[in-house]
Amino acid sequence: MSIFKSLLCFSLGSANMVVAEELIGPGLGLQTPPAMLTQWNRDVFPDGTGLPLGRGTAREGEAVYRANCIGCHGPEGRGGSAEELAGAEHSLTGDPPDKTIGTYWPYATTIFDFTRRSMPLPNPGSLTDDQVYAVTAYLLFLNLIIEHDDEMNARSLPAVVMPNRKGFIDSYRQADR
Amino acid sequence: MSEQPLKALELNAKFEASGGGLLDRRLFLKQGLIFTAATWGGVSSQTARAEVERESWAKQPGKPFSNYGLPSDYEKKVIRWIMANDDAPGNGVSWTPLHELEGIVTPNGLHFERHHNGVPAIDPERHRLLVHGLVKRPLTFSVSDLLQYPMQSRLCFIECGGNSNAGWRREPIQTQVGYFHGMASCSEWTGVPLSVVLQEVGIKGRAKWIIAEGGDASMMNISLPLDKAFDDCLLALYQNGERLRPENGYPLRLLVPGWEGVLNVKWLRRLHLAAKPVMARNETAKYTELLPSGKARQFSFVMEPKSLITHPSFGHRLDRHGLYSISGLAWSGHGIIAKVEVSADGGKSWAEAELQEPVLPQCFTRFRLPWRWQGQDVVLKSRAFDETGAVQPERSELIAKRGRHGYFHYNAIVSWAITEAGEISHVYL
Ligand code: HEC
Repeated sequence: MSIFKSLLCFSLGSANMVVAEELIGPGLGLQTPPAMLTQWNRDVFPDGTGLPLGRGTAREGEAVYRANCIGCHGPEGRGGSAEELAGAEHSLTGDPPDKTIGTYWPYATTIFDFTRRSMPLPNPGSLTDDQVYAVTAYLLFLNLIIEHDDEMNARSLPAVVMPNRKGFIDSYRQADR
Repeated sequence: MSEQPLKALELNAKFEASGGGLLDRRLFLKQGLIFTAATWGGVSSQTARAEVERESWAKQPGKPFSNYGLPSDYEKKVIRWIMANDDAPGNGVSWTPLHELEGIVTPNGLHFERHHNGVPAIDPERHRLLVHGLVKRPLTFSVSDLLQYPMQSRLCFIECGGNSNAGWRREPIQTQVGYFHGMASCSEWTGVPLSVVLQEVGIKGRAKWIIAEGGDASMMNISLPLDKAFDDCLLALYQNGERLRPENGYPLRLLVPGWEGVLNVKWLRRLHLAAKPVMARNETAKYTELLPSGKARQFSFVMEPKSLITHPSFGHRLDRHGLYSISGLAWSGHGIIAKVEVSADGGKSWAEAELQEPVLPQCFTRFRLPWRWQGQDVVLKSRAFDETGAVQPERSELIAKRGRHGYFHYNAIVSWAITEAGEISHVYL
């Protein structure tokens, strides 16, 4: 299978020979049409990269939540069978600590990214971008981070500063140094 | 008891390796038949029951061939236990029954599962892998394309970052090893080195991370550092020689040796090269470990050294005195297991266990040690050391360092208390 390997040989001194092998493939990848790139890429970054057009407020999001989320996450984001999303009663140093979007999540954009890709669990992908903005706003409102009528869109959502923004220690890069 | 007391005494003096009846690990290997026979008490005082000369199955032809074999009907209890959400049956886990298995390979039907929204029935003809972002050429690969690429195989464990989390509880959980530590499994994975595909797309200099995404209903995404991707990650297509099982990512999954299971994205359909992590839900809200200070460790990727005695363990019962072969598993996300020590006196003294070949990096390693049990109260434990010098901690050390609310990355020493009656329970020591 030598066509798959590019052999790099270095002669070190008179006797030593080091052979570094690098595997290479047959190059079968197909060019990707730009339309497919935009359709497939749904990653939303903390700086807002990847957020679509659209808008929504907590007032509008409450209806989306009641219709699509309340069954599992409970009224006002707590007391359901699925994760608690709001209404923490104590802090992260409590025993046990209370981890909600309000006390724990470092970025508001993550709510949009996760809800659009994974929720509602029985029919993910069924909400419009406006509905995702609205229900994101509602979850931020329930966590006392924004007001009822604050509009969330591609500009305002990344600007929301989450209470636990500085709560994380990067153990990978730390270990690297 | 059936033992000859003199031989027992001789044996203990000569081969004792540490307290509580642990014997030299080479006993089974080097001493051959004479001592093995002696340790089992010589000739048993009981005689074998006279069986019928030909059992029913030996008097008639057996079943014909089968297209795909299944375990014996007598092994029906060897299953994954399922823990799922009533409102969302596709959300939960199933555990590998480590207490029922031997060796280091997990059978494909018993590999642990963690699904966020069920197992998709992916048609491989329609599945695509898109590699894009900070690349020179965004490319799309079909599964049949990838099957033509050069492949590599490696034996490797996958362990969920949340494995063993019951260890954080105040009271020791009383359940079989598999339902406590069985979110870890080990397979031979075969696939295309990720570096091969990354070379084909051409990485742009600013790229530092890869955001991987699955093609199931949860479309889970997570960020992986680029240096790891180039180091040893595989685009896995085969598991233990056959194509991936649906619940393990068919037709394509990412293999990230030694790192948290959640990074080994199943049903892989997209790799997005980026300068920064996406800060997905599963690298912020989950798979981060809250410390007593209120700060949380993030990107704590490597699964630290862990070991546990699988035989004997909770749910087994010692019903005779005499020689036992302690058996267990050790693994470390950092690399090779260098040494496993076993204690039969709650950690006062330790004896080195025999490591069974092969001993491979980021792979289950089977350890064994002969042990004489004469009905004494004992506490059995094991501790793993890896090639980087990392040591499996005592539970008290781990809690002193991390508190009790980190949930993920529990790797403390596991202790089994055995009573005079041979009953085994899980204890904190
Ligand atoms: C059928 C039940 C169900 C419905 C309906 C549902 N969810 Fe969920 N949700 C879950 C489950 C279960 C999880 C945990 C998922 C996992 O383990 O990956 C979850 C997780 C989440 C999380 C992450 C929580 C965390 O702390 O990590 C968010 C945010 C969320 N859901 C938002 C929503 C929104 C918004 C809706 C409505 C548009 C919704 N969910 C509808 C069951 C549901």
